[in-house]
Amino acid sequence: MSSISSAPSSMDQPWVLPSRGRVGMLSLIAAELAIFTIFVVAYLFYIGKSLTGPLPKDVLELPIFASICLLSSSLTIHAAVSALRNGRVGTYAMWWFGTMVLGLIFLGETAREWYHLIFDKGLTISTNLFGTTYYSLVGLHAFHVTVGLICISIAMVLTLLGKVKQEHSERAEVFSLYWHFVDVVWIVVFTVVYIIGR
Amino acid sequence: MASETIALTAAHDVPQPIGTILHDWVNTVDHKKLGILYILYALVFLAIGGIEATIMRIQLIVPHNHFVSPQVFNRMFTMHGTTMIFFVTMPILFGFGNYLIPLMIGARDMAFPRLNAWSFWLTAFGGLLLYFSFIGGNGLYGAGTAPDVGWFAYAPLTATAFSVGHSTDFWTLGLLVSGFGSIGTAINILATIVCLRCPGMTLGKMPLFAWLNLVMAAMVLLAISPLTAAQMMLSLDRFLGAHFFDTLAGGSAVMWMHFFWIFGHPEVYVLVIPAFAFASEIIPVFSRKPIFGYPVMVAATICIGFVGFSVWAHHMFTVGMNSYANSFFTITTMAIGVPTGIKIFNWIGTMWGGKIIFKTPMLFCVAFLFQFLIAGLTGIMLSAAPFDWQLGNSYFVVAHFHYVIVGGILFTLFGAFYYWFPKMSGRMYNETLGKWHFFLFFIGFHLTFDFMHVPGLLGMPRRIYTYEPGRGWEIWNLICTIGVFFQIAGTFIFIGNLLWSYFKGKIAGNDPWDAWTLEWSTSSPPVEYNFAEIPVVKSRRPLWDIKHPEDPDWKYE
Amino acid sequence: MVREIHQNSHEPHHKSRIQWVLSTMAGCLLAALPVFGNPEDPSQMPNMFKPQSSPAHAIFHLSLFVLAICAVIFVIVFSLLTYSVIKFRRRANDDGREPPPIYGSNQIELAWTVIPVLIVLVLFLATARVIHGIQQAKKPAEAIEVIAIGHQFWWEFRYPALGVVTANELHVPVSDTSHPTPTFITLLSADTDHSFWVPRLAGKTDLIPNRENHMWIDPDEPGVFIGQCAQYCGTQHAKMLLRVYVDSPDQFKKWVQEQSKPAQVSESAREGRRIFETTACVNCHAVSGTVADGRFGPDLTHLMSRDTIASGAATNTSENLRLWIHNPEAIKPGSLMPAMNLNQQDLDAVTAYLETLR
Repeated sequence: MSSISSAPSSMDQPWVLPSRGRVGMLSLIAAELAIFTIFVVAYLFYIGKSLTGPLPKDVLELPIFASICLLSSSLTIHAAVSALRNGRVGTYAMWWFGTMVLGLIFLGETAREWYHLIFDKGLTISTNLFGTTYYSLVGLHAFHVTVGLICISIAMVLTLLGKVKQEHSERAEVFSLYWHFVDVVWIVVFTVVYIIGR
Repeated sequence: MASETIALTAAHDVPQPIGTILHDWVNTVDHKKLGILYILYALVFLAIGGIEATIMRIQLIVPHNHFVSPQVFNRMFTMHGTTMIFFVTMPILFGFGNYLIPLMIGARDMAFPRLNAWSFWLTAFGGLLLYFSFIGGNGLYGAGTAPDVGWFAYAPLTATAFSVGHSTDFWTLGLLVSGFGSIGTAINILATIVCLRCPGMTLGKMPLFAWLNLVMAAMVLLAISPLTAAQMMLSLDRFLGAHFFDTLAGGSAVMWMHFFWIFGHPEVYVLVIPAFAFASEIIPVFSRKPIFGYPVMVAATICIGFVGFSVWAHHMFTVGMNSYANSFFTITTMAIGVPTGIKIFNWIGTMWGGKIIFKTPMLFCVAFLFQFLIAGLTGIMLSAAPFDWQLGNSYFVVAHFHYVIVGGILFTLFGAFYYWFPKMSGRMYNETLGKWHFFLFFIGFHLTFDFMHVPGLLGMPRRIYTYEPGRGWEIWNLICTIGVFFQIAGTFIFIGNLLWSYFKGKIAGNDPWDAWTLEWSTSSPPVEYNFAEIPVVKSRRPLWDIKHPEDPDWKYE
Repeated sequence: MVREIHQNSHEPHHKSRIQWVLSTMAGCLLAALPVFGNPEDPSQMPNMFKPQSSPAHAIFHLSLFVLAICAVIFVIVFSLLTYSVIKFRRRANDDGREPPPIYGSNQIELAWTVIPVLIVLVLFLATARVIHGIQQAKKPAEAIEVIAIGHQFWWEFRYPALGVVTANELHVPVSDTSHPTPTFITLLSADTDHSFWVPRLAGKTDLIPNRENHMWIDPDEPGVFIGQCAQYCGTQHAKMLLRVYVDSPDQFKKWVQEQSKPAQVSESAREGRRIFETTACVNCHAVSGTVADGRFGPDLTHLMSRDTIASGAATNTSENLRLWIHNPEAIKPGSLMPAMNLNQQDLDAVTAYLETLR
């Protein structure tokens, strides 16, 4: 059946629907936000309820440097995607590399902080409610950063092999939505853990 | 009226070696094949879940029975509930959605075919992981095998102190894994409906089936995630010594309940909304009238989608929340009865003034209407918190939710099977056998679940492997168990009918029901690419417009 | 909204006509059941439609109201459904033309939206009243205070002000409207979630570890009221039974006096007592006035004052007691009482000792 309607079509405007990549990624982000919300709720609920120490104010230091790195990486990835959209592949590669470096620094800083908390302060996930909620929330976020970094690295390799072109800019943009989401979640986690919870 | 499709029949006539066929099915990314895989998978688990239920009902037929031990009984109700929700109802609804949505919206496949396949296999693996617990669940103390913590696995019963071995972990991980599959399918359904509709099919012109599945998919994204989060937390507790639900370390058992029911209540709307979708397609066709009040049906569904996230603690009325919280959840739960009730009126309005044809799909949908009415009313009774303080956690609740899931969802599912079986297989089922299935199952359903309300009113709690004589519960339990055998008989006839008809049924043709949505314009079964040319539509009933060019729908909508 | 307790107890005399009809119908229907059920005592059926305490009364009246509204809705919609499937079925002599397509009707759809909203409002207001009335009731000075602690699979009851510790069978005094003596129960748990449910006295309230819940009852007639745990708590959830003995004020006073005494000492049971106190029994059980002060299992000081053992799983007879100690799996498989592995002689001695704990 070629045309269901035999009457003159009222389709003057072109039939344009949203891109499936963007819709799919936004749906995934919605689901992920729901998961994070539950961990945040648990964190907030258990503030002050630990039966033993150590307590947040005793052991937590503001991860300013790490946060600046991660949040800047949103800017760099945005620049990378813009460059690619305009066909400037070299510029894109540079900004993309910058994003990867900043993300790695963030993970490194998180690892350093955890090492310090576990071995110097004696705080593990099973120590008390603070330990449980802290490691799970920050850890879940770090896991999402890691997954993002793996994707960025794969794209970096493909870029270095010369396989990434202007026509791939939409895919890069869809991925950048994920990366921005990771950064937004960090803002929430930072506020809840290091500001409200301390 | 037959529609012409360019069909590549030559390749299909050559009989293929079994290895090629299996390889094709295992590797497929075609939405139709994946839909059928979901449905067949769910039917297998329906049989298993049914056996688990039968075992329980036999144990309860008389007080102090010794058919199974308490340990086995407790595993039975845990596995029955978990199986029926996660490995029967969800997959079967995803299966029908997968199969029908692209056809109904004039697309060639789902938005992400490979994600589709990945989601199915993940869900399938989750079910196998859960059932592996029967063999592999033995932990350090020889305790374990299948989980026995109830399908909602309340803390701290699930803590390592009270659930030794790994039985609970099979529950947690099996569902965690299949949960990711569900999220994948939900993303796919959402993206497909938003992005792949054929030209002319605005959101206001797509079939209600598509609308309702869209709302369902959005709910899955937001509802499964809390369960995933809670299960991650439980696993951290059990494996790494975390204290999320460890009451001895200051953790909160009630928090598990909140997280679970923030998933659990929207989940039941996730299950029932596709059932509404089936009814909304079948009832109009068999009444020969368009659905009454399409815009309000959409609005009511969206309303249910939102309000459904605000009622969860009506499962926790007995937990000791304060009177303000109890009142809040009472009114939200009562409120959600309004859009749900409106839908029943709209279906009545559809039948009103029509010419109702009582073929098997319609029989199941009409029974659904009566049964869903009762289920909704017992829900209203439970929504009044003080009444729930008596009825909650009793057999009244068990009767209520089985009324919704069996009397509501399963009945429309049977209707959907009969309605779309000709499209999926190319052959008609046997109408006489279909009616036998309906009447046997109808009698069995009512014997079991009507009378199940009474023990609840008389103080019988749920999840007990036996009960004391002299409390007035014996006769009702006996009747409930008898009903099971009628349902089993009906189900056997159902499976037999489908099997026999698949090989020997009359050829169905493209449009055996004289229906109006796009799937009936394709061949039966449809070719792999669905449509030779992507259709262009002008109204909600594109095939009506073709069949009645002098009086098309788009003039009046 | 706070309501004084004695007001509730007066309710039965002021039932409206409709309530009377409905409750009689419900009562008749459920009273007919003993014909099939062969109960020990029909008045012991845990029937929420035979309330005997204010919270249960309040719930009962609300339930009649809710049932009535639901019944009306059911009759109307059922009739519409039945009418439409009969009147609008396709006849045998149908001419094959399609019926006129009706897409909707704004007035009808508005009406069937507004009316349910009004019904919801009315139902909610009636319900909210009862919620607040029960949950915000004030505790009078003469109230009996009980702490109920849920265990896998038995109930511990402590009366802190009266110095009484017992298990599984709760004694409370009748509450007279002119001089109310309700019982206020604090609900705690030693392990997992449980739920205290005696339908004729009140709705159920859960016992959750690390959380304190509260409920109250004010039974207006003496008698024995049965119930059981209503939140799945493990293998023997089914046999975590409950008995509430509502005593007259004098009976209750006598019971308290007996229960607050230390254990009786009986010369004949010396050997049994020696075995009891030198084996693992004392790890779990307490007998006041002796070295036994375990808290994991029920207090046995006045074991023989109870009608049942194993939280209602068996009657308190010599044979059952002996069997329980020897092989608990025979009575309650999966309970946390271990088989004590005593030889026959020791078993007889311990049983005899326990039977002196009146």
